Parts: sequence; structure tokens; C-alpha cells
Amino acid sequence: MLEIRDLHVKFQGRTREAVSGVNLTIRDGEIVGLVGESGSGKSVTAMSIAGLLPRRSCDYSGEVLLGEVDLLHASRAMLRTIQGREIGVVFQEPMTCMDPLMTVGRQVEEALRIHTDLGREERRRRALRAMEEVELPEAETLYGKYPHELSGGMCQRAMIAAAIVTQPRLLLLDEPTTALDVTIQAQILELLKKLNRESGASMLFISHNLAVVRKLCSRVAVMQRGVLVEEGETDAVFHHPTHPYTQRLIAAIPTRRRKEDAP
Amino acid sequence: MKKRRKNTMLRVGLILTGLLAALILLGCFWTPYDPEAMDAAAKFLPPCLAHPMGTDSFGRDIFSRVLKGAGTTFGIALSTVAMGGALGILIGAVTGYFGGVVDDILMRLGDVITAFPSILLALVVISLMGPGKKSNVVLALGLVFIPSFARVTRTAYASLRDVNYVQSARLMGASHSRILWLHILPNTRQVLLPALTIGFNNAALAEASMSYLCIGVTPPDASLGYMLSEAQGVFQRAPWYALSTGLTLVSIIFGVGLIGQGLQREKGGEV
Repeated sequence: MLEIRDLHVKFQGRTREAVSGVNLTIRDGEIVGLVGESGSGKSVTAMSIAGLLPRRSCDYSGEVLLGEVDLLHASRAMLRTIQGREIGVVFQEPMTCMDPLMTVGRQVEEALRIHTDLGREERRRRALRAMEEVELPEAETLYGKYPHELSGGMCQRAMIAAAIVTQPRLLLLDEPTTALDVTIQAQILELLKKLNRESGASMLFISHNLAVVRKLCSRVAVMQRGVLVEEGETDAVFHHPTHPYTQRLIAAIPTRRRKEDAP
Repeated sequence: MKKRRKNTMLRVGLILTGLLAALILLGCFWTPYDPEAMDAAAKFLPPCLAHPMGTDSFGRDIFSRVLKGAGTTFGIALSTVAMGGALGILIGAVTGYFGGVVDDILMRLGDVITAFPSILLALVVISLMGPGKKSNVVLALGLVFIPSFARVTRTAYASLRDVNYVQSARLMGASHSRILWLHILPNTRQVLLPALTIGFNNAALAEASMSYLCIGVTPPDASLGYMLSEAQGVFQRAPWYALSTGLTLVSIIFGVGLIGQGLQREKGGEV
């Protein structure tokens, strides 16, 4: 479904490549976690999938294939037909991702306005259905509200609704739970799992939070300094990490210490 | 949003400007006397019931002339802001959003234009196109006002182009024009609306100065600036002429200025 082949990205004026030689495949209906520390290249990888790479100011090579289309080299016009329709994106800070002067409903509908000729009523119906799918309470009332009237968790649900309203094949989730508190985080994770089960959309989940990745993803890829150092089934990677960096990462997960572990 | 704090400035400004606009609108259809009608028997009458602002050296009713003249000044200022604002916002939006070489060229061109005093530049344009016509005054001032609007808009767009919600609109596949006008423009209102009101005031003053210098609107059209220059000559015999004309101009500027200040204090917006 999505295949990244030998992706290299180097920003002009830098000596080191931000991403050097990443290969990654996401199969249909799969949730893949991409983890790594800040500056490891995970966000740049995501940007090249989303078509957000500043092409003028970086050198890039390789392929990012979504079906037949190479997203890395596709034209702007081509990308626009894919963005929002085949790929939905959810960012880290839901509050700042919503246009403060547009009602929640209009923003959830936005992708429909761009990609379809649906009438006002039909758009509204689909937006409300998406809002119900992400379990926003009283979708009808929220439809006409402004972002500042919503809590962070509700904003994030609304952003997810906006991303899934066109039923895209791939959801790109860039640290979608990082800005939320822990209980809301857990709810959003449950929601993402449910959406994945019901719609079969693939997801690429980018995070530095290993515990979250472990809960959600079936496969996990670890990046360090622009290189994919380890990739595999979540359980396998967590139980038998082969790369020293992964081992250190996993060792650093805070755990509840049990009695028998205590010295 | 539900509970609005009182914005006295905005309110007073709106009331004052509203009143003046209503009077001016009235003046377009009806004035107590024909503003051009001369009456040799009624020269230099001080303000009285029949002539609330008195009469001038030809016995014309000053109140009627002020209504007409304020209409001219108001209309020219409004058209100037409409023209300069529309083009300035267009240029500013495109340069601020895309940046690059076009941005550099257009902004340096703007620097050149702003380097001249606006009246002087308008004078050049007027002498090229021919004096006396209202439309030429609007064109001249409109051209001169483009760079200032372009600059304000450019800054606002440059600061908003990579904001998260613009980024996410882009990721939904929104086209450039959709992002420019639907996503960014409404969010620049806190900067643009005050800029437009300040521009209106500058335009009104510029028109008045030009007419005062006899390079703007010329007789028989009444204009506050031209009337002020007339009043100057008879200031000792008929001080009410200069006073009533000047005060009208001042209250237009003051009212719109208050609106601008009030808008700046309105909450909400990102810039």
C-alpha cells in the first residue's frame, strides 16, 4: 500500500542527511509505529509522505510509492488530488491545527469541499457521521461551534474526523497524543484502534512514546540519526531488540517496579 | 466570545461615523439650499436658523456646501481605500505567501514609491492624467496607497503561511488560492481592518490637501479641502466658514480613527 524505497533527504547547508536510505512498507490495514528521538528523521520521513517536503531547499532521492504514484516526485497538482483524499494527516497540537475563525463542522467538511462536488446537505451528513465515528458527543451542536469552545481532546477528535471524512486509505499520525493528558491519550488510542478495525485504513503512527506505540501498533520501526535501525513485529522488537539503540530505548521505558525486581 | 467587553472607542467611532455618513448620504439627495446658488443679498451671514453654518462670500449656504463637500471627500477616500486596498492586499498576499524573487522585486518597488511624499507622487500622476476630475484623484491616490497596504498584508501573510492550521489545510489538498483567501485572509482581519481605517483617514486628508492646493477636485464640485482654501481668504470676515468646514473634516477623521483604534483592541486573531 505504501512503500518507501531508499529515501534520502538532505537539507541544503547541512552536512548530514536528515534521512539516509530508509526502506519501509506499510501493508493494507496495518498500523505501523515509527519511533525515534528528536532529530532522528521520523518527521522528515512523514513530511515526504505527506508531500510537505520543502523541495526547493533540500536534496532528495528514492521513492515513496502510494499505489502507483511516487509521492516524492509527483507534481503539486497531483499531490493535491491525493492529500486529504487518500492520505489523511493528524498533527500533534490539535488546538493550533484548527482555524480559529471556522466552525468545527466546516473544518471537518473541508476535505469534502475540496475533493467532491457533494451538496451542502450531503456534506453535512457525512461530516456529522465522521464526528460520530470519532465519538464526539452531540455532533449536531459541535458542528456550529468554534475551536476555542472545545477541549484539547475534543479538538483532536475533530481533527481525526476531518482526516477520515473522505475515508482515506492511509492515516498519517504525527504524535497525535503527545499534547494530550494521559487519560485522553488512552481514549484516542482506543479510538484509533477502532477506526483501524472498522475502516481498514492503514496508519503510520509517529511517536517518541514507546509505551503508546506498543499498545497500538502491530509493527514498529526505529530510527536513529536518519537511519532505520530496526524494524519488526511489535512484540518481537520489544521482547528481543537486536540493535543496541533499541535496547537502550526499551530499557528507558519507566515501569512499575514489582516486588521481586526490587533488590 | 459570548461575553463581550465594552469597546467604547469602537462604539463612539461607529456612532460618530454613522451619523456623518447618514448626513452625507442625505446630502447626496437633498440639501437645504442649492449648494451652487448664489444670493447677493445674503453674503457673509453668520450662522443663524436659516443658515446653520452661515453663508460665504457669494451668499451660498455653507451647510449645503459642507454636505456636498464632505460627500466628495468621503467618496474619494472610500474609493481610494477600495482601490489601493484591493490591489495592495492582492500583492501583499501573494508576495507574503510565496516569497521569492517576485516578492523582492515588488517590495523594493514599493520602497521606491513610499520614498516619495504621497502628495508629491499624486501630483505627478495628476499632471500626467489631467487635473480636475474626481476619478483621476482616486486613481492617483489609489496608486500611491498600494504599497502601504501591500506591506501590512505581506507581513501578516508571511507570519501565517506556516501556521499549523494553514499547514493542515494544505495537507487536505487545498489549492493556493483557497488557502490565500479562505484560510489566511479572515485571520488577518485584526491587522488589515485597522490598516484600512488608517488608510481611509490618510486618503481623506490627502484629498483635502490636494484640493486645498487646487490640484484635486476643482469647482464647481465642492470638496472640503477646496472650501478650506476659500475660507482661508475670508477668515477674518467669516471665521465660521473655516470652522464649520474644518470641524467637519476633523470629525470624519476622528470618527474613523476611533473605529480603527477600537478594532485594534478587539480580541481574537492570530497575528
